[in-house]
Amino acid sequence: MAGTIKFELVSPERILMSVEAEQVIVPGAEGQFTVLAGHAPVVSTLLPGIIQVTTPNSKEAIFVRSGFAEVSGEQLTILAERAFIVEEADPRQLNHELDLARQALNGAETDDARFHVNRAIAELQALVDDAA
Amino acid sequence: MPSLKELRNRINSVKATRKITKAMQMVAAAKLRRAQEAAEASRPYAERMDAVLANLAKGVANPENASPLLVGTGKDDTHLLIMMTAERGLCGGFNSNIAKLVRQNALELLREGKKIKILAVGRKGADNLKRDLGNYITDRVSLAGLKSVGFEQASEIADKVMAGFGDEEFDVCTVYFSRFESVISQKPTGLQLIPARLPDAGDDAAEPDNGGAAYEYEPEEDVILDQLLRRNISTQIFRGLLENAASEQGARMSAMDSATRNASDMIDKLTLSYNRQRQAQITKELIEIISGAEAL
Repeated sequence: MAGTIKFELVSPERILMSVEAEQVIVPGAEGQFTVLAGHAPVVSTLLPGIIQVTTPNSKEAIFVRSGFAEVSGEQLTILAERAFIVEEADPRQLNHELDLARQALNGAETDDARFHVNRAIAELQALVDDAA
Repeated sequence: MPSLKELRNRINSVKATRKITKAMQMVAAAKLRRAQEAAEASRPYAERMDAVLANLAKGVANPENASPLLVGTGKDDTHLLIMMTAERGLCGGFNSNIAKLVRQNALELLREGKKIKILAVGRKGADNLKRDLGNYITDRVSLAGLKSVGFEQASEIADKVMAGFGDEEFDVCTVYFSRFESVISQKPTGLQLIPARLPDAGDDAAEPDNGGAAYEYEPEEDVILDQLLRRNISTQIFRGLLENAASEQGARMSAMDSATRNASDMIDKLTLSYNRQRQAQITKELIEIISGAEAL
């Protein structure tokens, strides 16, 4: 492992998470990508999906509805309009997100976008099933 | 001269009022702290957003093709004024100051021959403008029954704004709210949302510390800029709502503080005249007894 990268998850209401991460998998608009330390500067929008954060001690999964990610030097900042940690989510919230994702699917214009939203729906569905 | 009984009743009633205003002041103080915390917690998001936007806008190659959110529709015939006020009164000049600013700007725009539309957030401002500008209020958003403003409300307002802009209902959009400067000072402010007024990209403070390396953009810069500008609208509206919430509580706190002090002054004065009159009555009774005894 080539060191860690500072990962910040910021929602409009507050900073949700600020940790040193080894790797972060981000559901980017043009495909999932993994951010490791020393990643090239990128700005990307996000699609609904799950961010997987690997810190030296733990793994976290966070659901984001939409937002964008900014990688600059040693820092990854994700600005998410709506985000919650998957483990802490309650089923009602998940169902609500699922509905929204389905709406997003109808609005999706390109095959790529549809593919991603479909994946997000599948991920959410799995979570809902787990919770039930 | 009111009788002793009347005076006593008045003192009791003012005391009851003072209790209420005191309680309201304390509630406002507690809410103010929470509102301030919320405003502070929202800052990192807005700052990041500003920084990225400024960077992107700097790179816009040809302004003609840029998003209308950034450069406008090319005309400024119709203005949308978003007026943010509170749902409740009893907070000093808070609501009327915002309404005054909106009215002033609205009248000026009308004089210039522009069309205006007003989106009223919160009941109090709409009530204030109802008489002379009521016809221009095209839409209302109620914040009643909410414990604290969340991003959901901001999104809701932003969706309305974006839908209206998409239908070309207006060309320029300005949001009016009260900027929270301190507990005793809240300043009604207008902030132009569309076309966006971006922070100066040349500002060094806004530069991210990546050693000036060029960003890669996914998807294309134009697309991302457009999306960010959309998001920026809800962010700015959210900021306005939060500032407004803090201002409201600050204004209410100082208004209720002076009301409490006023009530205390009044109680002192009334107590003084009550005691004086009581004393006068005792003296009068004594004189009656003494002169009665002397007459014997």
